Amino acid sequence: MMSKKERLVAAIENGTVIDHIPAEKTYAVATLLGLQKLQTPVTIGYNYPSKKLGKKGIIKIEDKFFTDEEISRLSVVAPNVVLNVIRDYEVVEKKKVVTPDTLKGIVRCNNPKCITNNEPMNTIFHVIDKNSGIIKCHYCDKEQVISEVKLV
Amino acid sequence: MEKHDFVTIADLSKEKIMYLMNMAQAFEMHPNREILKGKVVATLFFEPSTRTRLSFETAANRLGARVIGFSDAKVTSATKGETLKDTILMVSNYADVIVMRHHIEGAAQYASEIAPVPIVNAGDGAHQHPSQCLLDLYSIYKTQGTLENLNIYLVGDLKYGRTVHSLIMAMRHFNPTFHFIAPEELAMPEEYKLYCKQHGIKYIEHTDFNEDVIAGADIIYMTRVQKERFSDLMEYERVKDVYILKNDMLGKAKENMKILHPLPRVNEIAYDVDENPHAYYIQQAQNGLYAREAILCDVLGISLEEVEADTTIIK
Repeated sequence: MMSKKERLVAAIENGTVIDHIPAEKTYAVATLLGLQKLQTPVTIGYNYPSKKLGKKGIIKIEDKFFTDEEISRLSVVAPNVVLNVIRDYEVVEKKKVVTPDTLKGIVRCNNPKCITNNEPMNTIFHVIDKNSGIIKCHYCDKEQVISEVKLV
Repeated sequence: MEKHDFVTIADLSKEKIMYLMNMAQAFEMHPNREILKGKVVATLFFEPSTRTRLSFETAANRLGARVIGFSDAKVTSATKGETLKDTILMVSNYADVIVMRHHIEGAAQYASEIAPVPIVNAGDGAHQHPSQCLLDLYSIYKTQGTLENLNIYLVGDLKYGRTVHSLIMAMRHFNPTFHFIAPEELAMPEEYKLYCKQHGIKYIEHTDFNEDVIAGADIIYMTRVQKERFSDLMEYERVKDVYILKNDMLGKAKENMKILHPLPRVNEIAYDVDENPHAYYIQQAQNGLYAREAILCDVLGISLEEVEADTTIIK
């Protein structure tokens, strides 16, 4: 048995640690944050046991701090994750995901007859109800639930 | 100058709707002018719609504009795989305004974002058909003398009928009372009932359609019950003849009541109604000409004052 105090992944000096990611969303979070394009070290932990979630993911990104706009993209797949901002091995800030008023180029419209599924163009959604996750396509006006849309 | 488009009815203010009513009225007084002389109007019909296209092209012609365009996407580069964006930008080089119809929802909104010239939505799939809505409003305004405090009965396919949905949204400024008369399978969707609640619009639902139900109507707006909308054909057979308006149902109608229909009709209004003074669906289509003359001028930046002071009227 692993001790609770034992770290699952090595600590980082400066950067961002994202914890409590629902395990199956781990790679979606990595994709949404564009981690594959980074040059700094990234550790992706997957299927770690978690009391709250059963299984969880952890991502540690060295020397990278995300803007609020970048973080807001996570509202689609993992609205409850917390981003720990690390400086000199200490957590100096905990950032929560805030659902933005509009989602640009993040998710696909569920309506096959929508122009966004028939032209090479960006999607735009207006967030109608942040609590119940209802979003509305800017083009075809179809309302849909955020948990039922696919990422672009 | 900011570009004007006419893409949706949902965001028009009360003032703007009344402004367009007044402009349509001015065009009804003098429909033939040269106020658009020298302008080129493009009508791009990616999906055929003869009635709407003829109405827009007549409006353009009667105002002295020239018209270019196509009536079927089969003859265009869209069949070669050209994007809508490229087609719109190409035609923007030639025309002062683009009137477009498309089977894809949101196509007109997207076109309005990329085109340097004004876009007029002549229908985008099941989504919006705002010029139809404006002519419906003008027909109501003209026959009732006002848009305020009316009892409007919507009959038939209230689930898929985009004209009835647009009408609800456009009438929200005018304190209407709606009556929804439809078979269960084609009842008004929850989202529009919610829209009514959010905007304080009164509505009453009926499944019966008879002389007594419609006695309080100022406007009866009929729509077609289409067979292909039914998943259960037994249900279609059961209801298809229930929502037919017949002349003998009009005995208790209010004197000012008028019957509207976006056309084409199949059998939902019996032909014996045509001679009844309450019938208005044929004149309604003529109002489309004045409404579309107003739309074309408005998007081209011509104001009501200029229309009223117009010296190009052909008598």
